Amino acid sequence: MIEVRFHGRGGQGAVTSCELMAQAAIAEGRYAQAFPSFGPERRGAPLQAFLRISDHPIRLREKIYEPDIVVVLDPALLASGGVKEGLKPGGTLVANTSKSVAEVRGECGFDGRTAVVDATRIAVEELGVPITNTTMLGALLKAVGLVKLESLKGPLETRFGPLGEKNWKALLRAENETVIEE
Amino acid sequence: MARRVGLEVSLACSEAVKLCNVDVVAAYPITPQTHIVEHLSELVADGHLDAEFVPVESEHSAMSACIGASAAGARTFTSTASQGLALMHEMLFIASGLRLPIVMAVANRSLSAPISIWNDHSDIMAERDVGWIQVFAENGQEVLDLTIHAYKVAEDPRVLLPVAVNLDGFILTHVIEPIEIPDQAEVDAYLPPYTPQMRLDIANPVSMGMVGVPEVYTEARKACLVALEGSYEVIKEHWEGFAQHFGRRYQPIETYQAEGAETLFVTMGSLGETCMTAVDQMREQGQSVGQVRIRLWRPFPVDDFVEAVKGAKRLVVIDRALQPGSASGPVATELKALLYDRGIEMYVANFVAGLSGRDVTRADFAAMAQRVEAAQAAGQPMTCEMWGVKE
Repeated sequence: MIEVRFHGRGGQGAVTSCELMAQAAIAEGRYAQAFPSFGPERRGAPLQAFLRISDHPIRLREKIYEPDIVVVLDPALLASGGVKEGLKPGGTLVANTSKSVAEVRGECGFDGRTAVVDATRIAVEELGVPITNTTMLGALLKAVGLVKLESLKGPLETRFGPLGEKNWKALLRAENETVIEE
Repeated sequence: MARRVGLEVSLACSEAVKLCNVDVVAAYPITPQTHIVEHLSELVADGHLDAEFVPVESEHSAMSACIGASAAGARTFTSTASQGLALMHEMLFIASGLRLPIVMAVANRSLSAPISIWNDHSDIMAERDVGWIQVFAENGQEVLDLTIHAYKVAEDPRVLLPVAVNLDGFILTHVIEPIEIPDQAEVDAYLPPYTPQMRLDIANPVSMGMVGVPEVYTEARKACLVALEGSYEVIKEHWEGFAQHFGRRYQPIETYQAEGAETLFVTMGSLGETCMTAVDQMREQGQSVGQVRIRLWRPFPVDDFVEAVKGAKRLVVIDRALQPGSASGPVATELKALLYDRGIEMYVANFVAGLSGRDVTRADFAAMAQRVEAAQAAGQPMTCEMWGVKE
């Protein structure tokens, strides 16, 4: 079982990211849970969303305390602390940033496997809005092959309708542009 | 053919209600139940469900509208939580007293004060004695299944009682997970249209809810009690039928690794799955632990429970609600009484845990077992303790 924690802000679609990933895994016949941090959400306030994917039924209703992967949708959250909390030493950090891996490590204090991509720039260019939740799924899948890339296509179309294609393109571009350092 | 989809559990509940082809939904939104009725209102507005959606001004009105609709012969649904359920309180007795087969999903949530939108069982425990059949789900699939089963039981002429399907707020309602949705023909084959035994009809007038003078009140309540107790066999029968139709089997009391276990956890609701995994891990370390899960809370399946726990050295009962001023939580009180009735001596430890959505983890279960084993070995009395209170 792989556990993932997304960091974003209210309105940036972290919950949707988890939902899309869960639906992709379930479409592959596997098991998944996607859930928000339970409680009221406020636009712009930092929030977390959670994802579990497994090849076996998931019999667990705990929160996620020690994620295998942390995904950061908003670059400003990297330095504000909490990003590396509980992240397993052998885990992976996937960050939206225009900075280098070395700079990100300096900001958030995590010195393990790190993947970076300038998802905000890609999202603005491809989608016309700085909302990186779908774009960052490309980076996540480049870093860790949680689901097959194609498995996200259906969930994206269902969720975004005619805009699914644009999101798909942004996701593919991020997948291509992500830089990973062990 | 059933289809397997990733769906929020709240929406799985709404889909079940749609598959049951209800006639009337009357509801008022309250966290964490909102998504259930929100989705139902969409299904009605978009023409996917041919039902009357009554957007009432309070939960008291929601239950009142359900009572009226059900008395007129409609298949009726509502959903609520917490303060909303509390506001329905007086009407809940009327629904069961009039023998109306209303089905209600309760997205279990704490009661104020202090204000809490998070999960525990305070809401339904305060409605324990309203004469409804009460079941608990542990995951999204069970929510869908139990909702369909609820109509089958409620409308059975041998029962005619309302059913509350409990699902833990947020911990279940807001999680997206795999759900197998049966197709309409499959549900239709299991659940025929509702045929009321008696209904409000101006062509054939009847009176419902008359005054129960002292000469008849006791007998009327007795009749309700007999119906509730009698529902046990019907509930089991229709779970058996459910298994034949849909391949998923439910029992009033379910066990996990309980055979021969010295320590048995007793859980109700979404704690069940975490507890199962905790049991797996503790067994790997050689501990003799197992689990008993209460699916049917009302009527309480006494014989099934006794059968499930016989031979154990101790029970670790986890209550998700307080029973202030009593020696135990509501579930432990129930269990101690029935064990005493049967002349069974057993060490019953009780923890009130997970109030207002506070996480109960695998580590918590392990620590509880350790604490109880040590207490029993030291000859300490059985205790009820609020778990994890910060001091």
